[in-house]
Amino acid sequence: MDASIEKIDEAGSSLWQDAWVKLRKNRLAICGLVVLLLLGLVSLLTPWIAPYGYEEQNLILGASPPSAEHWLGTDIFGRDMLTRIMYGGRVSLTVGLIATAVALMIGVLWGATSGFVGGRVDAVMMRLVDILYALPFMIFIVLLMVVFGRNIFLLFFAIGAVEWLTMARIVRGQVMTLRKQEFVEAAYSLGLSQWTIIRRHIIPNTLGPVIVYTTLTIPSVMLLEAFLSFLGLGIQPPQSSWGLLISYGVETMEEFPWLLIFPGLTLSITLFALNFLGDGLRDALDPRTSKD
Amino acid sequence: MALLEVNGLKVHFHTRDGLVKAVDDVSFSVDCGETLAIVGESGSGKSVTCYSLLDLLPKPPAKIEGGSALFDGVDLLTCDSTQMRSFRSNDIAMIFQDPMTSLNPFITIGEQLIEPLIYNPDKSRTQTRSAARLRAIELLDEVGIIDPEKRFDCYPHEFSGGMRQRVMIAMALINEPRLLICDEPTTALDVTIQAQILALIKKLQQKRNVAVIFISHDLGVVAGIADNVIVMCEGTVRETGDTEAIFYRTQNDYTKKLLAAIPEGAKVMPSRLQQDSPMIEVKNLKTYFRDYGKPLAGARPEKRYIKAVDDVSLHIQRGEILGLVGESGSGKSTLGRSILQLAPITEGSVQFSGTEISALSRHQLIPWRRKMQMIFQDPYASLNPRMTVYETLAEPLLYHGLANAKTINHQVQLLMDDVGLARANLRKYPHEFSGGQRQRIAIGRAIATKPELIIADEPVSALDVTIQAQVLDLILDLVERHNLTMLFISHDLSVVRYISDRVIVMNKGVIIEIGETEALWASPQQPYTQQLLEAIPLADPKSERARLASAS
Amino acid sequence: MFRFAITRLLQAVPVILVVISITFLLVHAAPGGPFSADKAVPPEVLKALEAQYNLDQPLWQQYMGYLGDVVRGDFGPSFKYPGRSVNELIASGLPATAELAFYAMLVALIIGASAGVFAAMRPNTMQDYLPMSAAMIGICMPSFLLGPLLVLIFGIHLEWVPVSGWGDAPGDKILPAITLGTGYAAYIARLSRGGMLEILSQDYIRTARAKGLSESLIITKHALRGGLIPVIAFLGPAFAGLVGGSFVVETIFQIPGLGRFYVQAAFNRDYTMILGTTIFFATLIIVFNLISDMIAIWLNPKLRQQGQGDN
Repeated sequence: MDASIEKIDEAGSSLWQDAWVKLRKNRLAICGLVVLLLLGLVSLLTPWIAPYGYEEQNLILGASPPSAEHWLGTDIFGRDMLTRIMYGGRVSLTVGLIATAVALMIGVLWGATSGFVGGRVDAVMMRLVDILYALPFMIFIVLLMVVFGRNIFLLFFAIGAVEWLTMARIVRGQVMTLRKQEFVEAAYSLGLSQWTIIRRHIIPNTLGPVIVYTTLTIPSVMLLEAFLSFLGLGIQPPQSSWGLLISYGVETMEEFPWLLIFPGLTLSITLFALNFLGDGLRDALDPRTSKD
Repeated sequence: MALLEVNGLKVHFHTRDGLVKAVDDVSFSVDCGETLAIVGESGSGKSVTCYSLLDLLPKPPAKIEGGSALFDGVDLLTCDSTQMRSFRSNDIAMIFQDPMTSLNPFITIGEQLIEPLIYNPDKSRTQTRSAARLRAIELLDEVGIIDPEKRFDCYPHEFSGGMRQRVMIAMALINEPRLLICDEPTTALDVTIQAQILALIKKLQQKRNVAVIFISHDLGVVAGIADNVIVMCEGTVRETGDTEAIFYRTQNDYTKKLLAAIPEGAKVMPSRLQQDSPMIEVKNLKTYFRDYGKPLAGARPEKRYIKAVDDVSLHIQRGEILGLVGESGSGKSTLGRSILQLAPITEGSVQFSGTEISALSRHQLIPWRRKMQMIFQDPYASLNPRMTVYETLAEPLLYHGLANAKTINHQVQLLMDDVGLARANLRKYPHEFSGGQRQRIAIGRAIATKPELIIADEPVSALDVTIQAQVLDLILDLVERHNLTMLFISHDLSVVRYISDRVIVMNKGVIIEIGETEALWASPQQPYTQQLLEAIPLADPKSERARLASAS
Repeated sequence: MFRFAITRLLQAVPVILVVISITFLLVHAAPGGPFSADKAVPPEVLKALEAQYNLDQPLWQQYMGYLGDVVRGDFGPSFKYPGRSVNELIASGLPATAELAFYAMLVALIIGASAGVFAAMRPNTMQDYLPMSAAMIGICMPSFLLGPLLVLIFGIHLEWVPVSGWGDAPGDKILPAITLGTGYAAYIARLSRGGMLEILSQDYIRTARAKGLSESLIITKHALRGGLIPVIAFLGPAFAGLVGGSFVVETIFQIPGLGRFYVQAAFNRDYTMILGTTIFFATLIIVFNLISDMIAIWLNPKLRQQGQGDN
């Protein structure tokens, strides 16, 4: 009976593997994943694969509907829409990812601390979250953007500062539930340090909801950026984002509807993909729907 | 013809993991005034059988594949929805297992009580609200609710578990049904309350001559009230017969196994208690919890305390198994955790072999933690779902320096042998094991550090009775082999009697009585202890019936 | 209940104070004053203007002065439109925004809640997939995309409704209300579906069914109360969102509402207008949150009794 473990064990199926199997069966979620991967790839490679230059104007042509040379048409300066949408996508996606990262960091730290320490500290921290949740953040962002100029870093920060609240609540809820679980008590009774318990027992079990909500925060953030850009308070020309492109499109939507439709469609499809993926992840990682 | 005749019932569940034959060719019958008990462990199909009678199964996964259920000649399985509603409202009633979740928390119990009367699908039997209210109050009185007129307008959360179950019974009987189905109605209740509810059901049945189907996993509970018994396992009926035949004269292997698994009688193994050698000494222990509640009641939140452990003194002798019994809310779990320094002690002292461990800092406690471990109640929550068995068992060994990288594999394998699990399962995750197996893993983790003291907090309460017997024997075996001292906490008196040398009885945070197990059973001194012992249901129909008769 | 309301109102005061202070500091921290963005102004005129608006005083003095005014309910004169006070401007813009928000909330609640409840009645069937897919579209299509699209289709192409204005032509309130409300309708649909599904899997629903109650009674009397709680809880943040959303919708549809005034004030550096509107909105949102919290508590009998202080 001294055979080494590697030879006689059957490998178990971890919860991550189970989740992946479940996710694979969700066609919408997989579609979303594929779309996002494609989008990511295109955005990365844009400088090399864009058909035209970003600022390349063709004033003779002006605005023209989709054609063989310009698949998505051109705007009033004759700039190729496909190129502009690709470059706009880089900006929108970057803002989305970075602002989400900011929200993630603040939210997870806040929520985990609050949930783990508990008691008075938790009560105070959550009360703050409640109050902030109820405030007109839109107003503050508008103020910030007007006052401090349209700085892209400030934009990341401002958007992230709004979105962290939900993440904090989710993480706190999860941590509180975990803390009461008996395997955490068992870890205490072993004498493990707080930090080891957090690292080995709490965090791995919190990852699930965090991943789900991160995936669902990105579209929220992108919407916010588009919103601000539309109002003129977000990304500024010469850079462009999908929100900005949409705002230009709105101005001329009667005569040149494609200037509104294509950027709009791209934004919507991206948001769809993210939401479907997020929903799919939520179902896949939900212990209730697992085989038990 | 009997009131209800079920023939060849087949119910299949189409889950994403395949077909589950929850009920496979089940037949039985019940008549007015009779009580039929359906007994089985989890997964036996006993509940599914009865839910299918009232069409309460979720239809996409579940499908009734065959059979008939004739109630007064009409097949319940094929009647249309209007007829089914009429049956549910007027003829067949059901009460459920968990009184805490079976009543709508947003509606007063009075309103929920009169619903069957005012919304009766049989228009000729509909009553007005005022008439319905009077009838409901009558019934509340009959089931033993004090001050029924006032309580009529109360919400479910204002009642205790036992009282809620009484309300459920009233609600079920309000339309004078002819058949009452009880799905484990006392499983979630304390043993003394259980005895009262059983007596109540019996009394009401006799008065109204209703047929009763009583589902339970506990043979002791049905011994006193059942006329006939069917024993189910994995969807099939293993045995049918009248109660005395099943309990006293069964030839069926499975039934014999079930009866044998019930812990009965005194502890068989000799006590290993070492006299005059207290391992743990607890003096005047108090563990109070702040009742924070919601900050709604104005600006002055008064300091309210829950006195979980209120001035308890005891000692645990080296080598003994000390049983700690109490009903829910007695504080027994908190006491166990307080001794282990897992719950914050408000006042008092805990000494381990002479050292005051309650005064040690977190860091100083670490070497002591090695010597005392805990086995938890819930096999599903006591293992980290993201860690393999290997990692769970290796953690204590590596942390306390009992193994290094070279010896760890071997030692973990030895632990698996110790608790009776196949070594091949080491790389699997908790959710791939059954409840009993998970509990073995939890026990393995507890003995890994070779502790001197183990506190077992209801280690078998969540397990089926046959698995329970196996795990209890495992525990006894390990105590013997590893020279352990144990504090065994449970609400199940029979289990405690089977395993303990001495017993402590607790109620509402204080110790009621301490004594050697058999001495306590033979002559309990305190009235609470007497009450508790009298309420234990035994798997002996004759004595149970006598007890019920004398109780009413 | 009453005590709860008072406590929360009192708690709200320091919050509003913080809002005022931060806004005040932000506004005054902006580089350049309110007048420097305009065409070149001769220095003497600039000085006179500043003196008139107290901008030459030290900051803390301006702050205290402002606080004093606010307590008396006076938000001061608008910097951009001399001769008109901020109170006046708020009063003129408020009715349109209030109406818009009200209709949008109505759209969101009625369509959203019914769609969600309807979907929850038969989960994982067409009755579920169709409304929820529509809801997904609502969430993924921002108001500034939906609005123009609706205008394009229903206003310009089909000419069923007017495309701008407010109260001038009949039916010109339809598109803005729908545009603003759709996103929230979608979110509420998902919330109510989730809430209802959760409730419908509860034991007490099974008890109600076993008593012989009809499905419609079970849904309306037993399930709705619990199932809509997440929606009620969402009303507060929803209102805050509607306020923000009104900025865009009013801009697109040329509605003379407070949202549009606010955006313009932000661009124009109209300090007093910015401050006044911010405070006004913040107070409104806080009050609204309080009301929705109180409703949520009132709906739950256990919390309701705790709130009354007697156990």
